[in-house]
Amino acid sequence: MNVFCKVFRFYYEGFRSMTLGKTLWIIILVKLFIMFAILKVFFFPNFLSSKADSKEGKSEYIVNEMEKRTHKP
Amino acid sequence: MEDLILWSRAQFALTAIYHWLFVPLTLGLGIIIGIMETMYYKTKKEEWKTITKFWMRLFGVNFAIGVATGLILEFQFGTNWSNYSWFVGDIFGAPLAIEGIMAFFLEATFIAIMFFGWNKVSRGFHLASTWLTVFGASISALWILIANAWMQFPIGMTFNPDTVRNEMTDFWAVALSPIAINKFFHTVTSCWVVGSAACIGVSAWFLLKNRHIEMAKKSIKIAAPIGILGIALTIYTGDGSAYQVAQKQPMKLAAMEGLYRGQTKAPLVVVGVLKPKEEIKKDYNKPLYAEIKIPYVLSFLGYRDINAFVPGVNDILEGGYPTPNGVKPLSAKEKMESGAKAVNALGEYRKAKKDGNMQKAEMSLKTLNDNYANFGYGFIKDESELVPNVSLTFYAFRFMVIVGSFFALLFMFMAYLNFKKKPYENYKLLNWICIICVPLAYMVSQSGWIVAEMGRQPWVIQDLMPTSAAISAINTSSVITTFIIFCVLFSVLLIAELSIMFKQIKKGF
Repeated sequence: MNVFCKVFRFYYEGFRSMTLGKTLWIIILVKLFIMFAILKVFFFPNFLSSKADSKEGKSEYIVNEMEKRTHKP
Repeated sequence: MEDLILWSRAQFALTAIYHWLFVPLTLGLGIIIGIMETMYYKTKKEEWKTITKFWMRLFGVNFAIGVATGLILEFQFGTNWSNYSWFVGDIFGAPLAIEGIMAFFLEATFIAIMFFGWNKVSRGFHLASTWLTVFGASISALWILIANAWMQFPIGMTFNPDTVRNEMTDFWAVALSPIAINKFFHTVTSCWVVGSAACIGVSAWFLLKNRHIEMAKKSIKIAAPIGILGIALTIYTGDGSAYQVAQKQPMKLAAMEGLYRGQTKAPLVVVGVLKPKEEIKKDYNKPLYAEIKIPYVLSFLGYRDINAFVPGVNDILEGGYPTPNGVKPLSAKEKMESGAKAVNALGEYRKAKKDGNMQKAEMSLKTLNDNYANFGYGFIKDESELVPNVSLTFYAFRFMVIVGSFFALLFMFMAYLNFKKKPYENYKLLNWICIICVPLAYMVSQSGWIVAEMGRQPWVIQDLMPTSAAISAINTSSVITTFIIFCVLFSVLLIAELSIMFKQIKKGF
């Protein structure tokens, strides 16, 4: 049996014989789904990308924001 | 804007606090499991294997529930703190990327062998996998802490006015900055304390229940010395951190000590009660109602000289106080003027370059570079913004030190009982104290982060960017919504963790 088959069987049998691990994997998968398919998509868009497409546009936006917020002595 | 900053900070703090409920046990229990399995490897006694497997189960539950909770912090960088994300450029991204690629894969590969490999791989290979998992988890922490340390002491970069980003020029200066090194060892060794406290607390529960007495005693036999080593190294590296804070973040040190007027031969406040802000204003020399002090110690800890001057909050705002290198620091007002010049020069540089006026661009660039060290002060509207929450920092620091010292005594006493072969199970009160110490250890660990992060306010990047400049121009309501979602999500995860943990503990070894 080659190395890849051995590694595959190792993981396959490991996952198959899990007891507590199954519950934990369900928690991990549900958590990752909530994080990446719901939170990231609907609540955490890349803010700068909504303001400008190019790197130049983004840096321009940041400078404008900074100038707006600077203290005028 | 103030509400937006407050809610965004609260959301970040909430996420970080929840994330930090999982990390210390992973790092702390990891080393204990490693040593237990080493005992099994050396003695070949099945009881050590049983003990290792029990604690490994709890490690696995904690690892599984906690994994990826830190990623939410990165979501927040892109949405709530986009100015910051852009401004730090690759400096923050590089260590996090290395963490993802190197350490995560190291952990992910060997953790599978750790859990699936019993009786399938040799004992030596299994032991190596366990240690490599522990090592990988610690290395993960290293890169995160390097990134955090850079925010506390930005180094090894230059600011590019064309991209408005800081660019890393010296990787090793970032990776080996004194703040990063201290922070890493302080954090990791303090996690050993949490892990030891958890191991001893759970073992104490078995002793009280009169179950698995020998296994519980053997667990304490391993955890108590790790706890002693952990607390000793935490104190040593904590001293290093305090020294670095005195040099690089004197305002944080002043807040930690509730020190408003600086002094030479400064004493360390062991215990004290701070007066309310309005009361303090009446006499800045006496900000405490009552205190127990140790003479000279603050000067020594901060500057390695018992006669050194330690500046207070007001000295730092007023500037001109004596420093070890003789350079008189600028006042807050001077720094604010310098910072405003830097921010304006940045805009002028870009405009002049766009207009093709290279001479003006050169002049603006020089002004920017000359004043860049104070860039963040350009966003400060009132000097009071430069003072962190003194009472929270002051009490969190005392809680960390006092309760942390109690842990040193507890671990030493447990090790002493073991050395004298005294039966732990007969000390009912001690076992109850050990159980109470589990949540206390977490609180101490969290209070350390409160000191580090609240004490550096208002800075997201020390002296270069305050929270008011780092925040995205988003709606406060959206931050409140996600704050509530996180509250619910993390609480569910915590309940899941605790219920699975308790179930596994009840099952026993």
